[in-house]
Amino acid sequence: MIYKDYIRVLYIDLTREKIRIEERKDLTQYMGGVGVASKLLEENMRPELAPLAPEQPIVFAIGALSTIYPVITKTVAMFISPLTGELGESYAGGRMALTMFKAGYDAFVITGSARRPTYLTIAENNVLFRNARAIWGTEQDSAASVIRNYEKGQSGKRSIVRIGVAGENQVSFACVTVDTYRHFGRMGLGTVFGSKFLKALNIVGDRSIPIENFKEYFKVYREIYDKATAIGGPMAKYHDTGTPINVEPLSVSGGLPTLNLRQGSFENAEDVSGEAFAKRHLTRKMSCTGCPVGCIHIGQFRRPFADHGHEYEVLSVGYDYELIFALGTFLGIGNSKDILELIDEVEICGLDAMSTGVVLGWATEALEKGLINVEHHTIVPLRFGEPEGYRKAVHHISNRKNSFYTALGKGVRYVSSEYGGADFAMHIDGNEMSGYHTGYGSLIGMAVGARHSHLCNGGYALDQAMNKDEPINPALMAEALLKEEIERCMLNSLVMCLFARKVYDRPTILKAFAAIGVEMTDDELTAVARRNYATKLRIKKALDYNWEKIQLPKRFFETPSSNGKLDEATAHEVIKEYHLRLAELEAET
Amino acid sequence: MAKVLKTEEMNKCIGCFTCMLVCAGVNRKNHSISKSCISVKTSGGISGRFVSVVCQACREPQCAEVCPSDALTQRKGGGVTLDKTVCIGCRRCEEACIVEAIKYDEDERKPIICHHCGVCVRFCPHGCLEMQEVSD
Repeated sequence: MIYKDYIRVLYIDLTREKIRIEERKDLTQYMGGVGVASKLLEENMRPELAPLAPEQPIVFAIGALSTIYPVITKTVAMFISPLTGELGESYAGGRMALTMFKAGYDAFVITGSARRPTYLTIAENNVLFRNARAIWGTEQDSAASVIRNYEKGQSGKRSIVRIGVAGENQVSFACVTVDTYRHFGRMGLGTVFGSKFLKALNIVGDRSIPIENFKEYFKVYREIYDKATAIGGPMAKYHDTGTPINVEPLSVSGGLPTLNLRQGSFENAEDVSGEAFAKRHLTRKMSCTGCPVGCIHIGQFRRPFADHGHEYEVLSVGYDYELIFALGTFLGIGNSKDILELIDEVEICGLDAMSTGVVLGWATEALEKGLINVEHHTIVPLRFGEPEGYRKAVHHISNRKNSFYTALGKGVRYVSSEYGGADFAMHIDGNEMSGYHTGYGSLIGMAVGARHSHLCNGGYALDQAMNKDEPINPALMAEALLKEEIERCMLNSLVMCLFARKVYDRPTILKAFAAIGVEMTDDELTAVARRNYATKLRIKKALDYNWEKIQLPKRFFETPSSNGKLDEATAHEVIKEYHLRLAELEAET
Repeated sequence: MAKVLKTEEMNKCIGCFTCMLVCAGVNRKNHSISKSCISVKTSGGISGRFVSVVCQACREPQCAEVCPSDALTQRKGGGVTLDKTVCIGCRRCEEACIVEAIKYDEDERKPIICHHCGVCVRFCPHGCLEMQEVSD
């Protein structure tokens, strides 16, 4: 806890409706965020039980500098992923970190299962187990609106963290929505909520926290603020066009997954580019609480809601690069309005947009190839470039419409093991791919990453820096991926938004700590990073993870990447080099 | 010439709450946004628009008029100045402000009065806030 020498953990037992608070001095060695959450997951998980067993914990943690400096706005969630069966880790912004900090908690550990649909109101001096029967079965935004009205006098000081119907129905990649526009998107945290009969958390907090050593603190705050908001500075692109700025350059380079990765570029890239969205739809930018950058881009479109007459509704939808990839180019949809409409359907259901797009890409191709059919399986025709079928299919996944959609809702690894088509089921160890087919960096980065996400180590950035004509050096690539993976285990302990990683270089982080009375050294930051990564590796081991079993779908090696065609044997060599280095790290810690 | 805080361009607000965080920090040496003189609120959840509640810099401030101990006095250019040594924390000023721009510091047991210092303007990243010159 900031200004204290302990980590304050709130344990919530949904079965017994009891809570317990512990002030853990021993946890400060993990700094906060992902370090603390990993340790708490390790302590509380039950590897011998299924991911959705009531005993399994959901852990949330804020970090060592949460919300007292600009752009340090994230909360980390850790759990056993019902999608991959192993380490589950996900991040969200919004107002959650601020309210946790100001309610006086560094971490929550939620275990057990409620006896009826429940939502929790968590405040500084109370935890209420509220009956949520009336909002079970409702869309996530309606549920939030009911909670907002029922829980009075908390405006601006609360965060509502909730699931949709997909989570209730335990679709394996259901997400958790935070304050409307942010999500714990990946790996099925919403599914774990649903399995516990937990509809939402309403976190309320704004206690008085006197600033110690104001002069020094504010000097550092101002420096960071000015760097983060500088015109033409390291964060300007996130505010201006936002992440969709990547659509066109990635398409040109051949790294934009298109038509279930049959292609690395999209002929309609210009129509779904960041510029196109900005020109046609952008109506507003927003930010997470405590971030002066404002990267959240909201696009609007209207649609008729009656068959006759001039009857329209206006919808506002948050859009980002990953959504445009998953629900756009991956499905061959070349019209920005169609993409926004599809994003909206996914939002309403409370699904992870990336996994949803990737499973629909597989289903479209499986249908084409005759592995499945419309009559018995998809109910609606699914064809690349045609949004109508996809819009309906999203709800069929969420509602587990039939046995096919139930299997599809378990992810593309599972569904392809039942129906075939594993060669073009685009996942890495059960986690659906992200929007980068840039080379060995992105592919192996996801393969070796602790949670198989592109954000574990940012491997795509290594690809962008590569010389296409030079042969890859597996040892150097493994070295670079490991270095970044470990460093992020420190950054995610703060827990800062990774968009700000150029603002928060190590000297800045040390200065920020010193200004609140925490004397840290560069070596200590490195030690924390390694300690936190080692905890994750122990969790993976306990969950029987074995890197030697990694199988990468063939399509990754058929469709040329931004750095040319990838070779399977070389890919496995990088994976091997990486794990050789891990053995050294494990021996040391 | 005196300056007063104006928030005429809240249509541009991105809801980062930096104004509140720095106001509470600079003026109250506290991280709690409840201690900020400026309040940014959402109307209708996060998807609604942002509105601000700030001292209107009244020329004939009702808050000062109802103050029984004359702790609030007219400030040049509008608004009031608080003399904490004579304030008894009766909260009448809070009730008198129909804009609801006066909050109450539960720790100090005194009202939270904007003195138009402009720190929120300095740290607004999107140009929503402004210090306007007015005649004394």
